[in-house]
Amino acid sequence: MKINSDKCVACGNCTYVCPMGAIYIDSGIKRATVNVTECVECYACYNGLSQEHLNPVMVRTMRKAFQWLRLRFDPEPDVCPTAAFEPDPLSWPRVVRRAFSDPRVPHESTGVEGRGTEEVKTNDISGRVRVGEVGFTIEFGRPGVGVWFRDMQKMCAALAKAGVSFEKKNPVTSLMSDVATGTIREDILNEKVLSAIVEIKVPVERTEEIIRLVWAVEKQIDTVVAIGVGTRCDEEGEDHVVGPILERLGYKLERAKTNIGLGRITNQNIERTLAEVAPK
Amino acid sequence: MTNTLHRFGDANSFRDDYVVFAIASRGRNDEDSVPKLKKFLQMAREFHPVNLGDARHGGALRPSRSMNPLSHWKREITPDFDAVIAGLDTTTTAAAVFDNRPAAEDFVKAVKAADLGLSINISTSIDGAEQCCHAADLCRHSVGYSLGFEGKTEHLPNEDVLKLATMCGHGMVSASLAKKMIDWVKEGRRTPEQAVTYLTRFCSCGVFNPTRGKRILEESRTRTK
Repeated sequence: MKINSDKCVACGNCTYVCPMGAIYIDSGIKRATVNVTECVECYACYNGLSQEHLNPVMVRTMRKAFQWLRLRFDPEPDVCPTAAFEPDPLSWPRVVRRAFSDPRVPHESTGVEGRGTEEVKTNDISGRVRVGEVGFTIEFGRPGVGVWFRDMQKMCAALAKAGVSFEKKNPVTSLMSDVATGTIREDILNEKVLSAIVEIKVPVERTEEIIRLVWAVEKQIDTVVAIGVGTRCDEEGEDHVVGPILERLGYKLERAKTNIGLGRITNQNIERTLAEVAPK
Repeated sequence: MTNTLHRFGDANSFRDDYVVFAIASRGRNDEDSVPKLKKFLQMAREFHPVNLGDARHGGALRPSRSMNPLSHWKREITPDFDAVIAGLDTTTTAAAVFDNRPAAEDFVKAVKAADLGLSINISTSIDGAEQCCHAADLCRHSVGYSLGFEGKTEHLPNEDVLKLATMCGHGMVSASLAKKMIDWVKEGRRTPEQAVTYLTRFCSCGVFNPTRGKRILEESRTRTK
């Protein structure tokens, strides 16, 4: 993302709306400036700010007059008065930043927006996590911290060493050059994204082991981690297995997303998908 | 959607936060899903949601690409649910946000009766979702627990800011803006109603809950820490 310095009036609104804090007013040029290293191309500034198309010279003059008179200028905080944001054409590998950070862009690997994962949201028809299994979503970087792929790789390598299976339909997995070792493509290791999710599946007996592994590795990574644990409920809709393990590990379970089991396969070409879903 | 899973707060803080969303699975039930997703949103309207959204186009309060300068004095703060329904034109995730359990329960009952064939999820407190299932005579199929935030949590802002910012799990509502709105409400520069609309416009999939946001802003007005 770039800011057109001919248009920018340094009102400062954008400095607050950047989730990464990557926009600042450069005191030398008196214009808003993007810290390109920290910008994750999430487009929150471009998509989230309402845009006016005021004359920049007029706005700067008015702001100077208000400032001289010590009057507080009180603009709406979610407006760019001169529509100064201009998306940069992104090329590889920087385009990866946008794919993981701008929630409106669907991931090519999965066709899903946001972080590009279906998890247990479609488990009623995907059968992704079955009875006796646990699906982990290990999310890095949110809220507002971000994560470098080189840091995520530490977790992926540790998980791979532990012999877990990475979810194939996951954007991070699709960027691994070697899934067996959890190695992420070298050319994107120095890219930073707003957040990304590593998805794995293990037998339920390994739940505690995996969580302890995540605890150990997350200490070596300079970002925040949010773990989601997905499980299939029993015939009565209860979970008497995974929840108690998590509570025993000290987690207080407050919130969950609950798949209520109303999905069914409706596509015409169901032979392939049925084969995919059928229990092995 | 994971972006509704990791909202910060205890179970009680989700008493006015029920996100019900419909999602199609790629290659399984995504063909002809657009009319079903639209129907999902149309049905939700009858139960007085506080927000509706589709993950591709946004929620019921959206930023303007060409704002009239005079609108500063009369910003539109009424959610436009019709625009969300009309704008849904591709397979995506459709979400309806309710601020009370009876409405969520009634909506889940209606969705069950409609038999859309899409996967339906409820994102709220564990108990709140169970109550909705019970009311609709449904058994939970699967559950995805949030274990909260860990790792280098020293990077995180304070609790009120975190509660507001995590209502857009995609991270489009920045902690800095949430903090600014808390400060503006404290200063009396904006009402909680006004402040929450600024935040809501940044949520690009329409799952931000303005009722909960307003309550958090109101509560933080008198908080000392």
